[in-house]
Amino acid sequence: MTATEETPTTTGVPFTLNGVELEAHEGENLIDACDRLGVHIPRFCYHPRMTPVGMCRMCLVEIDTGRGPALQPSCMMTVSPNMVVNTESEATVKAQDGVLELLLINHPLDCPVCDKGGECPLQDNAYAFGPGESRFVEEKRHYEKPIPISDLVYLDRERCILCDRCTRFADEVAGDPLIHFVDRGAQTQVNTFPDHPFSSYFSGNTVQICPVGALTAKPYRFKARPWDLTGVESTAAVDSTGARVAVQSSQNRLVRVLGVDSDAVNWGWLSDKERFIHEATDAEDRLTDPLTRDANGEFVVRRWVDANRAAGEALSGDADRIGVIGGARLPLEAQFLWARLLEAKGITNVDAQLGDGLDPAIVSGAPRATIERACNPGGVVVLLGADPKEELPSLFLRLRHAVAEDGVKLIELTPRASGLSSYAKARLHALPGTAAEVAAAISTGASAAVGGVDAAELAKAAELLGSGAPVTVLVGRANLAESPDVTVAALSALHDLVPDLAVLSGLRRGNVHGAIEMGLTPNADGTEAILTAAVDGRIDTLVLLGADPMADVPNRDLAEAAFAAVSTVVSVDTFNTASTARADVVLPAAAWGEVDGTFCNLEGRLSPLAAKVTAPGQARADWIIAAEVAAAAGVDLEVTTLGETRARMSAEVDALAGIDLDALEGEADGPLLAGDHAWSLSAPSVSVPPVDGYGLRLLVDRTLWDEGTMVHHAPSLAHLATTASVSVAPGVLDRLGVAAGDTVSVGHANGSIELPIKADGRLPEGVARVPYRANGFDAGALIGDGPVVDVRIDRVGS
Amino acid sequence: MSTHTNDYVPHAPGYVDNEGPKVVTSRFPYEDSFTMERSLATGGYEGLKAALAKSPAEVAQEVKDAVVLGRGGAGFPAGIKWGFMPNIWPRYLVVNGDESEPGTYKDRLLMERDPHQLIEGCMIACYALGLNQCFLYVRGEMPLAHERIATALNDAYAAGYVGKNVMDTDVSIDIVLHWGAGAYIVGEETALIESLEGNRGQPRLKPPYFPAAKGLYYQPTIVNNVETLANLPWLMVNGAEAYKQMGSEASPGTRMLAVSGHVKRPGVYEVEQGVVSFRELFYDDNFCGGIRDDNELKMFIPGGGSAPWFFEDQLDVPMEGRTVGAAGSMLGSGALVVMDETTDAVKACLRVVRFFARESCGKCTPCREGTSWEEKVLQRILDGHGRPEDIDLLLEIGSNISPGTYPVAAFGDEGLEAVPFPPKQTTICPLGPSSVAPITSAIRRFRDEFEAKIDASSDDAAEPVGAAAGGH
Repeated sequence: MTATEETPTTTGVPFTLNGVELEAHEGENLIDACDRLGVHIPRFCYHPRMTPVGMCRMCLVEIDTGRGPALQPSCMMTVSPNMVVNTESEATVKAQDGVLELLLINHPLDCPVCDKGGECPLQDNAYAFGPGESRFVEEKRHYEKPIPISDLVYLDRERCILCDRCTRFADEVAGDPLIHFVDRGAQTQVNTFPDHPFSSYFSGNTVQICPVGALTAKPYRFKARPWDLTGVESTAAVDSTGARVAVQSSQNRLVRVLGVDSDAVNWGWLSDKERFIHEATDAEDRLTDPLTRDANGEFVVRRWVDANRAAGEALSGDADRIGVIGGARLPLEAQFLWARLLEAKGITNVDAQLGDGLDPAIVSGAPRATIERACNPGGVVVLLGADPKEELPSLFLRLRHAVAEDGVKLIELTPRASGLSSYAKARLHALPGTAAEVAAAISTGASAAVGGVDAAELAKAAELLGSGAPVTVLVGRANLAESPDVTVAALSALHDLVPDLAVLSGLRRGNVHGAIEMGLTPNADGTEAILTAAVDGRIDTLVLLGADPMADVPNRDLAEAAFAAVSTVVSVDTFNTASTARADVVLPAAAWGEVDGTFCNLEGRLSPLAAKVTAPGQARADWIIAAEVAAAAGVDLEVTTLGETRARMSAEVDALAGIDLDALEGEADGPLLAGDHAWSLSAPSVSVPPVDGYGLRLLVDRTLWDEGTMVHHAPSLAHLATTASVSVAPGVLDRLGVAAGDTVSVGHANGSIELPIKADGRLPEGVARVPYRANGFDAGALIGDGPVVDVRIDRVGS
Repeated sequence: MSTHTNDYVPHAPGYVDNEGPKVVTSRFPYEDSFTMERSLATGGYEGLKAALAKSPAEVAQEVKDAVVLGRGGAGFPAGIKWGFMPNIWPRYLVVNGDESEPGTYKDRLLMERDPHQLIEGCMIACYALGLNQCFLYVRGEMPLAHERIATALNDAYAAGYVGKNVMDTDVSIDIVLHWGAGAYIVGEETALIESLEGNRGQPRLKPPYFPAAKGLYYQPTIVNNVETLANLPWLMVNGAEAYKQMGSEASPGTRMLAVSGHVKRPGVYEVEQGVVSFRELFYDDNFCGGIRDDNELKMFIPGGGSAPWFFEDQLDVPMEGRTVGAAGSMLGSGALVVMDETTDAVKACLRVVRFFARESCGKCTPCREGTSWEEKVLQRILDGHGRPEDIDLLLEIGSNISPGTYPVAAFGDEGLEAVPFPPKQTTICPLGPSSVAPITSAIRRFRDEFEAKIDASSDDAAEPVGAAAGGH
């Protein structure tokens, strides 16, 4: 594109760029305007998603605002009327040449062994704008290289050009200001503070935005050279945010995932989980062959046709005696085909959530919000769910920006302070089981505390909700030890107060929203009902679609009993799990990065999932497995290609009307599912017993790093899993007469467990928190049937 | 006190009580000049009383009429600077007591010897500007100044000169004392503001962060030098007309000049601006009394380490910002460094350049990398490893920090080359360009000394150091 192609807008700001009269947008940054108008200005420190600092001086251009031409950093200048800009003048060229020579004097010439070599902005700019030769004959600056600044990131200070990108990211985007400039002058360096590693969930972004090879990620270091990489655009499927990514491979192995800037979703940022979880795809112990049991009950490798036949038979029994669990991890196309198969077989005991979700009616029975709506300046967001920093980290970054920078007002209606708590305008930390009462008390007002929430906080929330600003409620499962009905009842109470609120679903599991749309999650209590039916002998066949109920269902005793009771288990999965170990038929599925497909995120936004490498062994795409199992079960789904599947979906699913699933690739934001929901959510009634005298109410929630299957199989991430412990508010420690680090017994009527105790200032009094699926202990063992769980903590020993 | 001793004042180290009108150092001869008692006994807080009797606008006009030039370095009229404040509240006054320009030590004396005068000046400025919050930033290496200001501030609060309802009026002004952590760059006003906010002391880009528009906490802020504010009490008592009786028409009043180096009596002198010439200052018995050992003058720095050097040719330039600027340098912060014929120009150059290299904050590439490169080249030449191309290289590095012709005072037969100051810069603040001044000054005037050192370098030493070390 040349500078003259852009059509000037009528409201533009006229200015002259390299002798051509053009128009910029009102208030537009000069470097952005030049980018838009096709004039490239070299830069290092400038990043469009962060505050400009103007310190690398690479983008100096000659600017005349009526007082004569002067060199100014174009990243710091707003285009003003009649500004004259020259990006090619002698002074500009000399300045850029000079800055590059100075940047290179202390920069090691180790490009041949540098991960960044070949895709390095410093290399590129040195070629395009630099002097070509160095006159520097002194000794270069030396530091120990490289040093680990976190579990995942290494820092080579010799290569660093001190552009402030990583440090700004840590501070203003992630809110983890753990890396900083230390020392000054030529000795200035990026570093961490002693004993405070850069342990941010978002540290990998600094590697991606580093304009040199100073920051490298442990999973990618020395794995490939940029010119060996090929890539496709895809979607991170590890949670339901649906962050847009580029997936890169070398020699048929996934080696790197980069964030792609999508205005609607992730703005180019990723959590480390989304970025590095691809390691699991490459894990040694993937399922590679179809398996069935022999006469001795041992697994034997079978041909696909035999395994399919076994699976088909299992699905052809009495439909009422078959339960199907899972499907939230599958691409939309496979979800559609499975749903069609189950429909043809009349199987209705189906659930894609694993008992740790919510009534799917929060998606289908409420007006749906987009991330954009939630983050729109001036709005109010109610957080009624888990900490997005732990469960939906890319969404967390958007929300954090909205509340920290754009004046979006946050109300927390959560059992504990979330990662956004410091920005919240009202903090309603309701005792588990009381969220609905607290929500109702917002409108009625209260003279005393409700559910442990001050009347003053309730009044603040009432004022915000009554202000007329658009209200978006992020609804998720805040506490796995609490009945999901409490959350739905609280949402219903909020709706009574704000009739035009919109709901942003916080259901976290990958493509769960696709599963809901395709019909794999018809009921609120599906999985628990299916497992209960199995225990009661009403169901004897379980089909698992990428699901591991033995590890994922919070009520672990129920899962155990169900598996013991059923006669046949068919599991379609990518890894050996606790559940596949109990299966009779195992069908190996291709994993993320190995199949093409479609992802539906929590907004109902569609984006592509792309195949980059081939699946190991005989593992196959889920949609093929669905089609062939269907054939074996006597159901002809009438598809032989992905394209045919998509054509059927467009024709048969109303929400997909008018959307071409083949054309999603390359679309920056992705289309939203058609259709708008009227409010049709009914409030469940839930009765919560009072807390007994010395009891603490149990909070079980997830941390980003847990013993989940994917994390467990990613070598760089596995060791990050949270270690099991019980945390209480600092004051509770004194009351219990224990010190942080002591081992205590956490128990209730059905048993107890010994755990180290910690103080956590984010917890209200009256709550004991145990992380879900932590290393060493799984809190699922504490969860039973009741609407809440009360525990008592006792000192162990003397 | 009207008698001048024409000699050092023992309890005010470095101060010389020379003949001439005294505006800001009048109390220095008293041993207890820093106390509330001495201050009140010698007219302390009379200026504040006079100011409070007028309207804020009248006080501001008085300062404007008197043409009180900023004494921190740039020499901008304080009254006009004050006029840049937009009508936005809150707004702040920040006092720049981070005096750290090489050669400068006048503000330290003002803070140590007469803190009440400074506090009074702050109060007058706050009143004129209609603001009620002042921050007094004192350099980290000046513990005595900090201690005395803290004591004086407590006394002034107790006596009702600062705080709520000043001198029983409805004017309320608070002064917060802040102790710096020791960085030259924090003398730059936007870096000082960053530091005051608790951040790393690094300059902000102007525009958009002109302090008067977006200063401390992004509110309108006036940053004034200690000496500038110390002038205000006298001005309020005696009026603009009396003030303008001293000094030249363009630069009324007096200035404190800190002379160091090879003179017989280095020290701080309060002199009338634009009346006394460099020659009088260095040679007159009322001032420095001549070059040490009656040696020949080789060069002198007229306004702190950042200023281009002057030589014999500029001795008769009268000392005021305007004339010194026209002669190709600056009077800056009033720090004069005199060097006699025994001085090695290359070493002197390195000494100044090293200061800037060590004090660079590291924010802008040209300054961070350029100043340390300059230092390394100069050190190498002195170590006997110079190469003929190093002279041009030094000038070239300089031009990448400060593009275009750098202002250099007269040298040899080529006459005066006057270029407007400050120079163009590829950096945010002038620290980097400041390192270029000694290089261009020294090379243009004393190129032969550089060449002599390079010629004497051994052949094998011309081998590039980086290559010899294996490099990368």
